[in-house]
Amino acid sequence: MGIISSKFHGRRQSGNPALPPGQYQTESFPVLTAGPAPRIPTADWEFFITTEAGQRHAWSWDAFMALPQTDIHTDIHCVTSWSRLGTSWRGVSLDTLFENVETSCEFTTAHSYGGYTTNVPLPDLLGGRAWVAWEFDGAPLERAHGGPARLIVPHLYFWKSAKWINGIELTRGDDPGFWESNGYHIHGDPWREERYS
Amino acid sequence: MSTLWRVADVVSSMPETETARTIGLRVNGLNGNLAGQHIDIRLTADDGYTAVRSYSVARAGMDETLEITVDELANGEVSPYLVRDLVVGDQLEIRGPVGGWFVWKPTDTNSIQLIAGGSGIVPLMSMIRAHHASENPAQFRLLYSLKSPEAGFYREELGTLGQESSKLTVDYIFTRKTPPGWPTAAQRLTAETLLANILPPDPTPDIFICGQTVFVETVAEWLVQAGYPTASIKTERFGGTGGTR
Repeated sequence: MGIISSKFHGRRQSGNPALPPGQYQTESFPVLTAGPAPRIPTADWEFFITTEAGQRHAWSWDAFMALPQTDIHTDIHCVTSWSRLGTSWRGVSLDTLFENVETSCEFTTAHSYGGYTTNVPLPDLLGGRAWVAWEFDGAPLERAHGGPARLIVPHLYFWKSAKWINGIELTRGDDPGFWESNGYHIHGDPWREERYS
Repeated sequence: MSTLWRVADVVSSMPETETARTIGLRVNGLNGNLAGQHIDIRLTADDGYTAVRSYSVARAGMDETLEITVDELANGEVSPYLVRDLVVGDQLEIRGPVGGWFVWKPTDTNSIQLIAGGSGIVPLMSMIRAHHASENPAQFRLLYSLKSPEAGFYREELGTLGQESSKLTVDYIFTRKTPPGWPTAAQRLTAETLLANILPPDPTPDIFICGQTVFVETVAEWLVQAGYPTASIKTERFGGTGGTR
């Protein structure tokens, strides 16, 4: 039990079972980025997957848009304590993108335009739990939120859902990415409150 | 470990503006923090309900104390309590300080351009204070964008430091109301005004921008267009959480 602040009453949302521990619900969509937002025309955009054997699978914007698309309805949880429930996205499942990829690696590093990286274990990307999304709330994803496309891994804290996604590198080890090297947890499960390292 | 909740004693509390308050905290076993970091604060109501929010540290002490400055948000859940109800002698819980990216270290040798919008001054003030207390000779320049003079945090201290320190320059932009006798009219920040009041792109300074999302996005965009390298710009967003899209 913590320190009681008797004059503090709060808003009592934490009875909501959809909220992980220490999170509060917001209706807004805060922007949190470590630097300026890159500007990536879709004509120059590509998404790649590289394997330990040096194989490179790559999709242009048009090739990516020709893949089967999925509608995603999910809750998102930011490590800065806000959660937004029932968000709607559209994109391509990582299961689709990994269909013809051969690997024995168990870990990945997601690479973004602009240099951002984040590490995600491969099992967290597969099994219908991660997507490359290009639409939010029925409109093309805005640049501030990672457009033209971002990774969505909603069962982990939202810093793992890399904005301006460029590709996935398969790795032998669980190598820390950008925030993971700057004080944040290597895995980032909101239900276990894996916030900081 | 930065992940443990620790008890903090409120050791000082001073109004900073009509809506903001600077709160001094002492935490047993706290051993210094980096300028620019933040802490998480956890409040517990008497029925066990808890709320957690992050606040930037305004003064990175080398001892067991630190200061935060909290601006009251109109619909805030935690900030009104911290600004209006919390008093010296109270306790609360903190976690941290955390963060290894939006920080300045006394060993950094580059010149520094700080750009603050409103309450975004807080982590930048922590850097200014750490720089002032150090032997580090690097040039610091602050551009502080404010609605009105009354909205400014740390006015006296910034005035004194800007006057006395040979390694700090402070520039203000007033967007709605200026102090009496101010040479220019209140105006929205423009790219021209911004670029006229910061260190030039060559040699490249390290740039820290903090403020509301729209302010940060706009300023970062102007800097990139003006030729400041993306890699030299670090951003942090504050306060209201912005739009729904």
